[in-house]
Amino acid sequence: MQFQFANQGLAWSDAYFLAQGLLNTVRLAAAATLVGTLAGIVLGWLRTVSMTVRIATAPFIDILRSVPMIIQLILANSLLSILGFGTSPFWFGTVALGAWMSAVTAEVVRASLLSVPVQYRKSARSLGMNGYQELLYISMPLAFRTGLAPWIGLVLSLIKDSALAGVVGYIEYMRSTQILITRTHETWLLLMGAGLFYFLICYPVSRYSRHLERKVRV
Amino acid sequence: MFGMNGYQFYWSIVWDSLPLLLAGAWVTIQITILAFIVGTLIAMPMAVARQQGEGWAYRFSTWWVELSRNTPAVFQLYLFYFGLGAFHINIPSYAAVLISVSFNNAGYMTEIFRGGLNAIPRQQLSASRSLGMTSPQSFIHVIFPQMFKVIFLAYVTQGIWGMLNTSLGMLVGLQELSGATQYAQSASFRTFEFFLVTALIYYLIAKGLQFSSHLAFRLIYRS
Repeated sequence: MQFQFANQGLAWSDAYFLAQGLLNTVRLAAAATLVGTLAGIVLGWLRTVSMTVRIATAPFIDILRSVPMIIQLILANSLLSILGFGTSPFWFGTVALGAWMSAVTAEVVRASLLSVPVQYRKSARSLGMNGYQELLYISMPLAFRTGLAPWIGLVLSLIKDSALAGVVGYIEYMRSTQILITRTHETWLLLMGAGLFYFLICYPVSRYSRHLERKVRV
Repeated sequence: MFGMNGYQFYWSIVWDSLPLLLAGAWVTIQITILAFIVGTLIAMPMAVARQQGEGWAYRFSTWWVELSRNTPAVFQLYLFYFGLGAFHINIPSYAAVLISVSFNNAGYMTEIFRGGLNAIPRQQLSASRSLGMTSPQSFIHVIFPQMFKVIFLAYVTQGIWGMLNTSLGMLVGLQELSGATQYAQSASFRTFEFFLVTALIYYLIAKGLQFSSHLAFRLIYRS
C-alpha cells in the first residue's frame, strides 16, 4: 500500500512541533509588546501635552478598541501585502497586535500622567527643573507606579490575543495545537496542554499584578 | 478607483454582498445580547459567592473566574466546540460561540460585580434583612440595583468585549459577521475590501451598543 492513514497518533516528534509553536507565541508576544509599549508611551505622552494630537489620534484609539483582533489581523495581512511590505506572518502579527497595544498603552500612559498631582509638577518647576527634567524625574516615576498594574493587564490580553495569529498563517501555540488535533484527534490531551500553557503564563502574572495594585493603592 | 502597487480596489463586489454581511451582523448582535444576559445572570450569584471568601460556591466561582480570565477566548471556544465533540457531544457552532462567550463574560463580570459589591456598605444588607426581606430579596431589590450603578461603565465595556469575542465564530464555521465576511470574500478574494467594510460594521455595532446602554442607564437611574 502506497498511502498512509491521515489519522496518525501523537509521536514524540510532535513535542518538537509544539515547542516551536510555544517559541513562536513568545516571540510574537514579546515583539508586539515591545513595539506597542514604546509607541504607546510616546503616543500617550503626546496625547497628554497636545490638544491637537489628542483630537487627531482619538479615532485611531477608538477604532482599534472597537474592532475584533481577528479582523485587525486579517486587515494587517491584506493591507501590508497590497502595499508590498513583505509576506511574513510574524510581521503581520506584530503590526496588528503592536498597533492595538500602542493604542491601549497610550490610554494607560495618559491616565497615569494625569494622575500625578499638579502640585508636584508645579513644585518641581519652581525648584528650577525644566519641563523635560520634571517629566523625567517627577512625572514619569510617579506615573510608572500607577500605570504598571494596568499595563501588565494589557500584556496579558496581548498574550491571549496572540492565539489568534493563526488566522494569518502564523504557527503559534494555539495553531500548532489545532494542527495536531486535526491530524491525531487527541483533542483533550492537546487542548489541556494549550489551556495549561496559557494559564501557567497568565495566572501568576495576574496574581502579581493584583498584588501590585493593592500595594500601590496603600 | 486608485491603485497601490498595481492593486485596484474594487468595492462594488462588497456592496453586492452587503445583505449577506448584514445577516451576519444580525447573528453577531443576537449572540452578543444573549451572552450578555446569560453572563450577567451567572455572574450575579458568583460575585456574591466570591465575596463570601469560603465554601464550595466560592471555590467554584474562583475556578470559573481564573479559567475564563487567564486563557485565550479562542481556547475556551475550542474547548466547547472540539472538546465536547471529542465526547461525541456535537453542538452547533452557534451554541458553541454563545456558550463560550457567555462563559467568558460571566468570569469577567463576576470580578466587575465583586468590585461593585465591595463599594456598597455592609449595613445595607443587614438593614434589608431586618426589614424582613429574605437574602435573595435583599440582593435583588436593594444591593444589585445600587451595584449596577457603580460598575456601569466597566459592565458595558465587558459587553462590547463580548461582542468582539463573537467574531471567533468564524473559526468554527459560524456565519456571524466575520464568518459571513470570510464566506463572501472567498468567491473573489477581495479580502481587504470585504474586511474593511466588516471592521466598519463592527465599529458601528460597538458604538450602537455603547449609546443604547447609556440611554438605558439614564432611563433606569434617571440621572
